[in-house]
Amino acid sequence: MGFNWEIVGKGGLQFFGTISASISHDIKNVLAVLNENAGLIEDLVLMAEKGASFNHERVKSLASSIKKQIQRADRIAKNMNRFAHSVDESLSNIDVCDTLELIVALSGRLADMRGVKLEPLYTTERIHITTNHFLLENLLWRCLDFAMTAVMEEKTVGIIVEKIEKGVQIKFTKLEGLIEGRTNRFPSEQENELIRALEAKIETDSRTGIIILKLPEKIGS
Amino acid sequence: MKTRILLVDDEEEFVQALSERLKIRDYDVTTSLTGEDAIEKVKHYNFDVVILDVLMPRMDGIEALKKIKRIKPLTEVIMLTGNATVETAIEGMKLGANDYLMKPCETEDLVLKINRAYDKKTEHEDRIREAKVKEIMSSPRAALKE
Repeated sequence: MGFNWEIVGKGGLQFFGTISASISHDIKNVLAVLNENAGLIEDLVLMAEKGASFNHERVKSLASSIKKQIQRADRIAKNMNRFAHSVDESLSNIDVCDTLELIVALSGRLADMRGVKLEPLYTTERIHITTNHFLLENLLWRCLDFAMTAVMEEKTVGIIVEKIEKGVQIKFTKLEGLIEGRTNRFPSEQENELIRALEAKIETDSRTGIIILKLPEKIGS
Repeated sequence: MKTRILLVDDEEEFVQALSERLKIRDYDVTTSLTGEDAIEKVKHYNFDVVILDVLMPRMDGIEALKKIKRIKPLTEVIMLTGNATVETAIEGMKLGANDYLMKPCETEDLVLKINRAYDKKTEHEDRIREAKVKEIMSSPRAALKE
């Protein structure tokens, strides 16, 4: 099935840039916490050297906070690495839940900024499909991005992965905004090109407020 | 009197450690984890300087800055940004922020900027006071009527 590489490529580059900027922001935040914790330990030591009592408990809690931030930075770096490697091959066999988990993690900051909660429900069995990993990440991101704008009072996007015959479907639920009639700008030209490239299908149910993304077991077969 | 600071950032551990460090340096520090809470505090207390994170959930720093400047125009605001770009901080300065700092920041830089912002605020307040005195001196009857 033909699709416009120029549109997909341009959008993909923008997506890569957006995710990289978000990751760099998260890293900066971790560095800022580490910087202040280290600075505070330094301050407490200097004060103790000048005769003030040394607050052991506070220093212990700062050390524990530093450890926690290092674990956080490690998670960010691991996600960044997984994301960077998704462009390695144009076709690969991937675990859909793993990919979705990564995109949900990478969307965390954007969701927080919008005050939206993401509620993924993964299957217990592993579902593998053969597809273009990076383009799938891009499409999932775009679906989530739109879904976050279509939430109403509950401010929650439900995400459900289900195995279907010859493929997998991902449902984005609780989108009350769809019922209000905001569906006209989704899927856009960009999403339609990604859908074509991934041989996928998108169904928007404005009656129940659900978007269903259907992906084939293998593209190009 | 100690300089009254409001520190606003959604990173709780950052806020906690930095506020302790500023208190050690003899500042009077209040903290907020959201833009909404910061606005409420600005409405009820007089802060000299607000240190405001640019990117926060729901109400971002730019929106909070606009509200702070509307409620307390003389309160000085220093923007904190985690981004590698200065564009948002520059936008903040166009909207009345006194200065900006990149995260992670050097404490001495922050202290310098806080003191500069405080000086600017007190100078501004002094000029307003002088203008009021001049007004009273030139027209004492009108001042009495007021």
